[in-house]
Amino acid sequence: MVLKDLYDRFRDPKAIKALSKEIEKEAEKLDKTINIMEVCGGHTHTIMKYGLLQLMPKNINFIHGPGCPVCIMPKERIDHAYILAMREDVILCTLGDMIKVPGSKGSLQDARSKGADVRFVYSPLDVLKIAKENPDKKVIFFAIGFETTTPMTAALLENAIKQNIKNILFHINHVTVPEVMKELIDSRDEHVDSYNNQIDAFLGPSHVSVIAGSKIYEQFPSKYNRPVVVSGFEPVDVMEGVLMMVKQFVEGRCEVEIQYRRSVSKEGNLKAQELIEKYFEKRELFKWRGLGNIPKSAWKLKDEFGEFDAEKIYELPKEEIEDHKLCICGDILRGIAKPTECQVFGTACTPQKPLGSCMVSSEGACAAYYKYGNLL
Amino acid sequence: MCLSIPSQVIEINKDEMTAIVDTLGVKRKVGIDFIADEVKVGDYVLIHIGYAMNIIDEEYAKESIALYQEIIEKMEEEEKRAMIDESDNCPSGGGG
Ligand code: SF4
Repeated sequence: MVLKDLYDRFRDPKAIKALSKEIEKEAEKLDKTINIMEVCGGHTHTIMKYGLLQLMPKNINFIHGPGCPVCIMPKERIDHAYILAMREDVILCTLGDMIKVPGSKGSLQDARSKGADVRFVYSPLDVLKIAKENPDKKVIFFAIGFETTTPMTAALLENAIKQNIKNILFHINHVTVPEVMKELIDSRDEHVDSYNNQIDAFLGPSHVSVIAGSKIYEQFPSKYNRPVVVSGFEPVDVMEGVLMMVKQFVEGRCEVEIQYRRSVSKEGNLKAQELIEKYFEKRELFKWRGLGNIPKSAWKLKDEFGEFDAEKIYELPKEEIEDHKLCICGDILRGIAKPTECQVFGTACTPQKPLGSCMVSSEGACAAYYKYGNLL
Repeated sequence: MCLSIPSQVIEINKDEMTAIVDTLGVKRKVGIDFIADEVKVGDYVLIHIGYAMNIIDEEYAKESIALYQEIIEKMEEEEKRAMIDESDNCPSGGGG
């Protein structure tokens, strides 16, 4: 196989079109609309970028889910990062779009313009290097992300211990997918009347499942009667995933299926899972921006690694902070509102000047609608 | 944050737990902590924040590609038929 095939073929417009015809044919056999939640922001991005919404029959509806690690970070935790970054003896490192998200004191970018040493790293591996080069500083890794990035943080800690590097600390904000999926179903089932659409099925995340395996979704068909199709990130993957889903409904099946078999197995990457188990344990509760407290939905360092835990070492405020009152990110993350329903979408809130976090990350629903909205 | 462009492994350093991979012609060093036991030169992997997460299963990739090819051919065949049907049933009778 040539490398080119491995990406071109999964973006082939012809295959996208052919699959959309197949979906249409199958969907004609359905007697109701099905609402599919794509849990992961990566899927939201693909769906918007390739205009896949327009290729769906009328009775297939997409609900954008909460799977964007930056979007679900509550302001108080961004404030933690800000406070830590403002310390003279600290270099704060983080990934992705995190540095642009406003907390109550400003964003990490703002902290940087006030003289804080904030570094955007491409990989936790860079943190190791920064720590070695700056032995007189505390290098704090503000760790974010789902199951996908959690093992990398564990690997960083393992390497720091092995190489006896003492000046790396962690602020852990790793969250888990199945718990938030459960919360979304439960909160809907409780308020069935107030929500105009239901989640009938889930398009399971790609990279989360590479690490954690499709086994983490088994409870959804069995306990909640919702099928899950784990799908890849390319547009052809998403289309095939939807086709598999529609077929489940037509044939009256409800199960976990893997479309993304070239990268996902039922078991996932056991080595990565072992590393997570070695260093982390579940928090009783973790607050998700817009969604509130969700039990067992996030990791923290085990007590025995307390010497590496910035949350234990530094005094950090515990109060919760409200979001901007016009921002409806919470409803968007729950899948009960679309970005365009927000009063300030595209006016007071843009990617250049985001009011809420869904506008900051390219995986956020508001940012995806803003960027590709002309395709709607 | 999530990219799914596959990279090919071109060099492995087990002591360091790293590999050099080629992503669309760009070479970079990545961590292989999660795949160290199985990875071979020539394998395709997915990289996320500087680490290889898995080894892409080529057999499954080929299967998917073959399936898509089949669906495309079926569609093209149907489109051709529809065109022929349309011209056969041309309401103006082709003028004659
Ligand atoms: S457009 Fe901005 S303010 Fe409105 S929901 Fe999205 S992020 Fe929040």
